[in-house]
Amino acid sequence: MKQSQFEIRHQAHWQQFAHRLDLLERGKASAEEARAFPRDYRRLCQHLALAQERGYSSYLVDPLQHLVLRGHQQLYRHRSHLGAQLLAFVLAGFPRLVREQWPFVLAAGLLFFGSLLGTALLVYLFPDLVYSIMPGDQVAQMQGMYDPAAGHLGRDTERAASDNWVMFGYYIMHNIGIAFQTFASGLLFGLGSVFFLMFNGLLIGAIAGHLTRIGYGENFWSFVVGHGAFELSAIALAGAAGLQLGWALIAPGRLPRGEALRLAARKSVLMICGVMLFLLIAAFIEAYWSARTGPAPLSKYLVGAALWLLVGLYLFGAGRGRHAPE
Amino acid sequence: MIPTSALPRKAPLPPPLDTRYQVETPEGIDLPLRPAGLPPRALAFAIDLGLRALVLGLLFLGLGFLGKLGMGLGSLLLFVVSWWYMVLFEVLNQGRSPGKQLLGLRVVQDDGTPVGWSASLIRNLLRFVDMLPLGYALGAISCLQHPTFKRLGDMAAGTLVIYREQPVHRPQLPAAQPLRAPFTLSLNEQRAVLGFAERQAQLSSARVTELATLLAEPLQVAPTQAVAELNGIARGLLGPT
Repeated sequence: MKQSQFEIRHQAHWQQFAHRLDLLERGKASAEEARAFPRDYRRLCQHLALAQERGYSSYLVDPLQHLVLRGHQQLYRHRSHLGAQLLAFVLAGFPRLVREQWPFVLAAGLLFFGSLLGTALLVYLFPDLVYSIMPGDQVAQMQGMYDPAAGHLGRDTERAASDNWVMFGYYIMHNIGIAFQTFASGLLFGLGSVFFLMFNGLLIGAIAGHLTRIGYGENFWSFVVGHGAFELSAIALAGAAGLQLGWALIAPGRLPRGEALRLAARKSVLMICGVMLFLLIAAFIEAYWSARTGPAPLSKYLVGAALWLLVGLYLFGAGRGRHAPE
Repeated sequence: MIPTSALPRKAPLPPPLDTRYQVETPEGIDLPLRPAGLPPRALAFAIDLGLRALVLGLLFLGLGFLGKLGMGLGSLLLFVVSWWYMVLFEVLNQGRSPGKQLLGLRVVQDDGTPVGWSASLIRNLLRFVDMLPLGYALGAISCLQHPTFKRLGDMAAGTLVIYREQPVHRPQLPAAQPLRAPFTLSLNEQRAVLGFAERQAQLSSARVTELATLLAEPLQVAPTQAVAELNGIARGLLGPT
């Protein structure tokens, strides 16, 4: 068949298909039209194959190819597992994922909490050590924040007053930023995640050890114990996700490295979504509960312990049931 | 007659010399995608960066009047704009951030399907590594050595930045009496003759004559007649209009 005959015969179909594509791309197609779409798309594919096979001109083949490409993007999609199944993810998917990746979670937890507790102990025993970890004015600023005489908790003196909202915004920005960094740098064969886990553990540990040593311990620990449950475990989990990326590059198993990395990334990004959720909760607790000076330290410790228990139970226990929501 | 390097009619076409990337669909169609290289992507990123700075600057001016509430909102906004700007635009606007839209680029998955939440999140979170140690050095190196110009984030997410297809305008064939070719044309030759006729308006007449003269001998016509002969064959291939 000559090219022009072919064109004249099918032109109307192509125009109709293009019109329908326009509607679909703008999300305005009716159900009726959407139902006819796959059949029309396959017919178009056949026309394209014929046009290529018969050596028709590029000015016919290229527009057809363009139409097929647009149709392909309407017909085929990767289902996203984030939005639609949020509830199932929170109730079961996230803790399952954490348990499935336990070697990485264990390694990240050991690195982070190990360096945190180790540094805290060292700084407590050798108080001068804190000045070789962080500059003097930063130490002074930290002391100002947790000074029992100041009557407010966990913030600079000039920002003392009631504005929890400001701190909420700040905590989200700062903490999720750190978690994202810890995750992303795992791509460097895991070294970045290891670095950020140890570095953050070191800083937090140094502050904790120093403040406890100089007698601000009650103020400090009662402030951090509540949101720490979510915040510290979230950072460890972000590190675990990063280590997972790095491990896919170091030991890809039977897959090519690129493929192993893609698979690992798909899993670890889910973990990061859970981490974001944890950090949102942490920022909320930190701004609205931890900073309150009203409750006695004892009640803060109790609430803190309950929150740690909750996180532990959630990560170890949730989603184990046979009939857990899918 | 000069020996032609034509392929037999049914043979698969050789891989193109340019950077086109073929995706085979379940229907057995090869869709060519055109990956975009480093310069347009860097430009698009620069535009996005400028736009973000502008939006943030304006918002902070406005929020400055709101006092403490404004500060809280400001840090939330800073977070949203710095980490979510790309993700939101890529997923909700068919893979195009404003900078990419201006440069005619878009992000798709490796198989040509639209980019989803998880892939977009991966490629934009890992942007942090691409920026290391400074000024996108790792990303640029990875982009320059990869056959489809992927930066590290693209490799992990399985995404691709491609040029958007622009609509083509079809030229009129020069008027000529339809002719049959003196010998059987292969698929490539057929398309070459059609392409010659279709693109004639964009070439100088000297170049048109020069190109056509190359074929005067195999077509068995005088060199001066070659252009008309080729146009006639193209007409004949196209069929009655």
